[in-house]
Amino acid sequence: MNRILLSAAALCFAAAPAAAQAIAIVGGDVYTADGTPIRGGTVVIQDGRITAVGANVAIPAGARRIDATGKWVTPGLIESSTTMGIGEVSSIAESNDAEIQDVTSRRDSDDQVQAAFTVTEGLNPRSMVIPIVRIMGVTTAITRPSGSLISGQGAMIDLAGNRVEDMTVVSPIGMYASLSENARGAVGGPRAAISMRLREVLEDARAYARNRQSFERGETREFSVSRLDMEALQPVLAGREPLVVEAHRASDIQLALRIAREYDLRLIITGGTEAWMVADELARARVPVLVKVLNNLPGSFESLGATYENAARLRRAGVQVALTSGETWRAYTIRQEAGNAVAYGLPWAEAFRAVTLYPAQIWGVADRYGSLEAGKVANVVVWSGDPFELLTRVEHVIIRGQEVQLVSRETQLRERYRTLDENVRTYRQP
Amino acid sequence: MKRVLSALALAALAGCARGTAARPAQGPAPDAAQRQSSDPFPSTYRPLASRPTLIRGGTVMTAAGQVIPNGEVLMVDGRIAAVGTALQAPAEAVVLDATGRFVTPGVIDTHSHLGVYASPGVQAHSDGNEATSPNTAEVWAEHSVWPHDPGFTRALEGGVTSMQILPGSANLFGGRSVTLKNVPSRTAQGMKFPGAPYGLKMACGENPKRVYGQRGGPATRMGNVAGFRSAWIRAQDYRRRMDAAGNGGGSSASGGNSGSGGGGGSAPTRDLELETLAGVLRGEILVHNHCYRGDEMAQMIDIAREFGYRIRSFHHGVEAYKVRDLMARDSISGSLWADWGGFKMEALDFTRANVAMLHQAGGIAIVHSDDPTGIQKLNQEAAKALEAGREMGIEISENDALRWITANAAWALGIHQQVGTLEAGKQADVVIWSHNPFSVYARADQVFIDGALLYDRMNPNRQPRTDFEVGLFPAEAVR
Repeated sequence: MNRILLSAAALCFAAAPAAAQAIAIVGGDVYTADGTPIRGGTVVIQDGRITAVGANVAIPAGARRIDATGKWVTPGLIESSTTMGIGEVSSIAESNDAEIQDVTSRRDSDDQVQAAFTVTEGLNPRSMVIPIVRIMGVTTAITRPSGSLISGQGAMIDLAGNRVEDMTVVSPIGMYASLSENARGAVGGPRAAISMRLREVLEDARAYARNRQSFERGETREFSVSRLDMEALQPVLAGREPLVVEAHRASDIQLALRIAREYDLRLIITGGTEAWMVADELARARVPVLVKVLNNLPGSFESLGATYENAARLRRAGVQVALTSGETWRAYTIRQEAGNAVAYGLPWAEAFRAVTLYPAQIWGVADRYGSLEAGKVANVVVWSGDPFELLTRVEHVIIRGQEVQLVSRETQLRERYRTLDENVRTYRQP
Repeated sequence: MKRVLSALALAALAGCARGTAARPAQGPAPDAAQRQSSDPFPSTYRPLASRPTLIRGGTVMTAAGQVIPNGEVLMVDGRIAAVGTALQAPAEAVVLDATGRFVTPGVIDTHSHLGVYASPGVQAHSDGNEATSPNTAEVWAEHSVWPHDPGFTRALEGGVTSMQILPGSANLFGGRSVTLKNVPSRTAQGMKFPGAPYGLKMACGENPKRVYGQRGGPATRMGNVAGFRSAWIRAQDYRRRMDAAGNGGGSSASGGNSGSGGGGGSAPTRDLELETLAGVLRGEILVHNHCYRGDEMAQMIDIAREFGYRIRSFHHGVEAYKVRDLMARDSISGSLWADWGGFKMEALDFTRANVAMLHQAGGIAIVHSDDPTGIQKLNQEAAKALEAGREMGIEISENDALRWITANAAWALGIHQQVGTLEAGKQADVVIWSHNPFSVYARADQVFIDGALLYDRMNPNRQPRTDFEVGLFPAEAVR
């Protein structure tokens, strides 16, 4: 399954936008991946890729010019934790495809483990949410499952395209598990029961892989999870796919580190409210953390140490950090999150990389994403100023080399109600 | 009740002017019984000690129309003594240099559940929704407020000096709200904003029918409306009978007769639910109506007309832009989010321009939080709403946008005579920001309430912590 999807993703890349008109963004301050821009720089885009970036760059004949004089030019922002495309109206169950809720209806599955569940096939490229977010400067997102002990696998998508294949960057991008208090329901209680169950699943998946043929002949012991789930866990056990663990309490993060060490897993911590308390251990283990900055309330007993300075403190300790809004409709507030990270101690250039290059590195796509460099996928945004400032306007959004219209259901409603005259408002004007 | 409240406000005022505490009456006043019943949980708030303070050098944004570069604000005895330039300060005044910084009125949130849904958000702290009946007008939010909710201190760090704490929105009538000063206190009474009128929380739309649809109703929107109207009919009757019995000034004293109603001068038994609704009909209690959809807001406006009360603010109002003319016409403010939407059907039609469109129509626009994190960054929420308006071509000044989180919010809570702008005579609730408050990088450096320094970002000894936060970690666990 993993291989099939990966090859589908690779295929879509080979087939990236055919012979689109070249675009040259000229005259802007070009922030490639750090805090010092190329003043009056040029970014050339052709066939979905960035082909040149610099102060003195030849502009191909016939290229469409976008004048960015006085503007900021940056890579599109990457949101690392959302349900965009798999979650529409959260109160309407039928519009939600991020979580297996009715576990009893699932054949041969264990209620706590949905490892084989991958969000991609439920992904709706025509989600009304996607335009709302992308016109605010976010071009790429990790859309992810939730719930249970192991909730399944997420996907990395670009926020444009009419087919899943046209937007998928990597799927699956990671296996999602929880060592958070929200997993208590799945195992009926205490933390050690959560970790015990997680270990049991990993043990089973490992044993299964060693005895696949015996398993098919029915000659193995019984396993506690389904064949599909154990199969889906193999890339995780092999270290090819990260295990993304939601954990907040410092000791829970340490537990995740311990389990990852025991099974030699590639670990990413998401949430990580108290991560700053164990920053040194995270840095030593080279485990990155996905941080929601605006999280400073002791909202539960696993987050008593919540502080707006989490990202800054982690970074100072050498931990790789990507920022996230954790939102779907408001996933663009990742800009606000990044600005607040700066207000609470993270250097601006670090915050900038924490929404561009670092997530690309964490998710293993830095060869194609996360900065303005020749050869990378042309996800580019032109802003009226500092992208983190709330009074900054998005002026152009380019995804995979194509400029998207700055229109969404939200702006269309706004336009529809510029007048309250029913005759003008309700009927489409010629 | 109004008379009593304003008398209390005056008492508090006088107390401030003397720099001493306003004290509750020492002995039994002639109207003790009356007062006891109409204000049985009186505010015991006393401003913390303060010294005359002159803030100078900063950009003063008054929220009253003026932005004064290199302006000055003088606070004396808990009041704003003067705003302008080259002010004469008393010799003993503390002088604060705000050069390069910004000075605004304290931020006011019209919609908070701090204290009633306190952190940590465990079941034991779930005190915001008396979801036992669609009409619980008899409950008062202040009886759920836990003054040690750490959310209060976080909000203070965000420049919030006053807020309305509302019951939740499960019910048609959720109960009374309470308006608080954001000050540390052992008791809810110690936070109560002296003289602030009570509010009544009402909720239309999806919530009541979701909560009660399987529990006897209302199960539909028409059921909601029937529920509202039936209650107002009873409230009208209650008020009439109270008035007839000479108990017009709010609730009756201890009991009266439990007469079987109707009869000439005999007062009905005191009823907490109807007392609150009658308070609305008398104009003493302000209606704060949770309502998302434009068509429903229009119906709530008609209900208010039918029964002769006013709606002070529609809360959430995701579709306020669709009925902005109706809201402006009736001076109904909109307590709105900058950009929340999409999470349920009645929130589906959100636009980021909502606040700005109401503002442009001449409505009273307010940015509210309904959220313990959002309340800490209302300045940022206002900035997003400002930009969304400008994006569609609406000209909005920073002063106007500042009013969305100060003066207009104060009006919705009925405390606009006391707070909400930087004007001489008002209570000295003042914030000094590190940057322009519409910048994402701005942080509140100093927060004053009634002239007292409640929070100082540079001084760890001037940063309140609640009881809950004491000793949560062994000393060695926190660097």
